[in-house]
Amino acid sequence: MVDPSRAAAEADAPVALDVESRHWLGALRGNGAARDDAILRLHELMVRAARFEIHRRTRGVSDLAAEEADILALETADDAVVAVLARLDDFRGESRFTTWAYKFALLGAGVRLRRRAWRGREVPLDHNDWPLLADTGASPAEEAETYALLGELRTAVEEVLTPHQREVFVTLIGHGVPIDVLAERLSTTRSALYKTLHDARRKLRAHLVEAGFIPLAGEGADR
Amino acid sequence: MSEQHRARQRLERLLGPTGPELSCDECFAVLDRHVEAVLSGRQADEAFPGMREHLIGCPACAEDHASLVELLHHEERA
Repeated sequence: MVDPSRAAAEADAPVALDVESRHWLGALRGNGAARDDAILRLHELMVRAARFEIHRRTRGVSDLAAEEADILALETADDAVVAVLARLDDFRGESRFTTWAYKFALLGAGVRLRRRAWRGREVPLDHNDWPLLADTGASPAEEAETYALLGELRTAVEEVLTPHQREVFVTLIGHGVPIDVLAERLSTTRSALYKTLHDARRKLRAHLVEAGFIPLAGEGADR
Repeated sequence: MSEQHRARQRLERLLGPTGPELSCDECFAVLDRHVEAVLSGRQADEAFPGMREHLIGCPACAEDHASLVELLHHEERA
C-alpha cells in the first residue's frame, strides 16, 4: 500500500549493532550451553513482556484468574521464543534486540486476550444489523443530514462492496469485532483482512465523494 | 460541536485514513524501529511513511504499538 523504495534503501544501509544486541545474536546463533542459556534468558524476557501486556490489558476489568494469566503468559512466551529464533535473520540491528523481540510477545499476548474475550461468543456475520451505526442521537434539526449520510453509507455497503468486503467491513466496523477474532473464525490473517477492509473503505469513500456527501480527500485520495 | 460534525467525524473513522498506509505485516516489521524513534524524539512518522496512517486505521496494530511504547517506558523507569 506504500511505495517500498524508501524502506528498501534504508534496509540496504549497513547498521552497527549495539553491544547488547551483538551479544544476544552471537549467543543465539552459537552452539551448546551458551546457546541454551541464551534461549532460557530469551524465554524469561518473553515471559516478562507477556505478563506486562496481560496485566496492562486486563487490570481492573477482567475475569482472568492469576493461574490462567500465568498459563497464558507462558504459552505466549513459548510461541514468541519460537518466532524470534525462526526470524533471527530478519533482525538487522536497526533497533535494540530486546525491543525487536518484545514485539513478538506483545503481539501474541494481545491476540490471545482478544480471542479469549470472544471465546464462546457468536461473531455476527449478518450485514443487515449494524449496532455501532444504529442510533446517532441527533437532534431533530440535525437528524436529516446525519441520517442521509449514514443511509448513503449503508446503500454503498450493499451496492458497492463485494460479499466478502461487505462481511469484513460490517463485522469489523459495524459490530466492532476485533480483527484477530474474525481472522481466526475465517482462517485467515490480520494482514489479509485489513487489506480487504482497506479496499472496502476506499470504495465506500469514493462512492460518498461521487454522491457529494463528503469532499474529495487531499493528496491521499488516489491511494 | 454539532451532531452533524460528530457524525462526519465518526464517518471519517469508519472510512479510515485517506493517505497511503502500510499493511499490518509491514507495520509489524517496523514496529520496534518506529517506537524507538518515537521515544527518542526523532521524526518517526517521516522516517516511516504510511505508519501513522496505518495506526489510525487499524486499532489492533495501534494497540500493539501502544503496548510496546508502554513496556519500554516501564523498563526505563525500573
